[in-house]
Amino acid sequence: MNTLDAVDRALINTLQDGLPIEARPFAALAAELGLDEETLVERLQALAARGLVFRIGPLYNAERFGGALTLAALHAPEATYEAIAERVNRHPEVAHNYRREHHLNMWFVVAAETPHRLAEVLAEIETETGCRVFDFSREAEFHVDLRFPV
Amino acid sequence: MSTCASPSEPPTPLDALDRRIVLATQGGLPLVVDPYRAVAERLGIDTDTLLARLRALEAAGVLRRVALVPNHYALGYIANAMTVWDVADEVVHRLGRRVAALGFVSHCYLRRRHPPDWPYNLFAMVHGRSREETEAKRAHIAALLGPHCRGHDVLYSSRILKKTGLRLSAAATAESKACSA
Repeated sequence: MNTLDAVDRALINTLQDGLPIEARPFAALAAELGLDEETLVERLQALAARGLVFRIGPLYNAERFGGALTLAALHAPEATYEAIAERVNRHPEVAHNYRREHHLNMWFVVAAETPHRLAEVLAEIETETGCRVFDFSREAEFHVDLRFPV
Repeated sequence: MSTCASPSEPPTPLDALDRRIVLATQGGLPLVVDPYRAVAERLGIDTDTLLARLRALEAAGVLRRVALVPNHYALGYIANAMTVWDVADEVVHRLGRRVAALGFVSHCYLRRRHPPDWPYNLFAMVHGRSREETEAKRAHIAALLGPHCRGHDVLYSSRILKKTGLRLSAAATAESKACSA
């Protein structure tokens, strides 16, 4: 974090807005920053290697692939928290899972091929963990346009 | 392929090649000067075909944009909270759009309530480099909602238990290929 120089910052800030869908997507930005493309790409490789950048690539609207998606939560007692997390995470349909500071202390996104399968997975998790699973199914999405400036 | 761009439209059916393209790129592009050439080679198609397909997916709203995904934790955004609000049904759509437009909210959804355990229907994710920064953003949302909000809560994330991201599954793709073969 403390070793990001001006070029790193410019790359992170600019490329969050997107890059063109073109054969040489970094060419214009490299020219703008006075770098050659190879140097720019080496910078990105270094940022990825340091864990500051997850990836560069298409951001898909996963819900538009079809299938069914929801956010679910449960309360796991402290004594069995790790075991319950392991049971939940074992389902390939669980895309991510966060511990949160609340009585409902485990929050996970479930994505399945069909609404029927989604309901099955939630029921399986309830049976396996003995915890009531709350299904916070989505009724509307409000569009955002967020960047993380550095 | 449908070309409707409205995000509220039903899912766009992806054909077999689209699905292979999503599978090959959803984990990120190779970090080289010509990343699409490498992906196209792997898929056995030419680069122009790949670029045309990606542009079509973008036009259809399936692809939001091609961009850098930062590790916001590693960049110092350590105070990440899900703020949840109980907003009157008759105004929640209008106010939800305004909360989403604040510029610091990363996800904003209207979700199902579970009374009496869970009265909240509006979910907004906020991120800060400190709890003070995140708290200021929460206060900003509270001020915007004003008397339309009957109660709210803030759930800080304390640990990532799993993060594979939303993925198109290879199994489903194999199935769809088998069906279209």
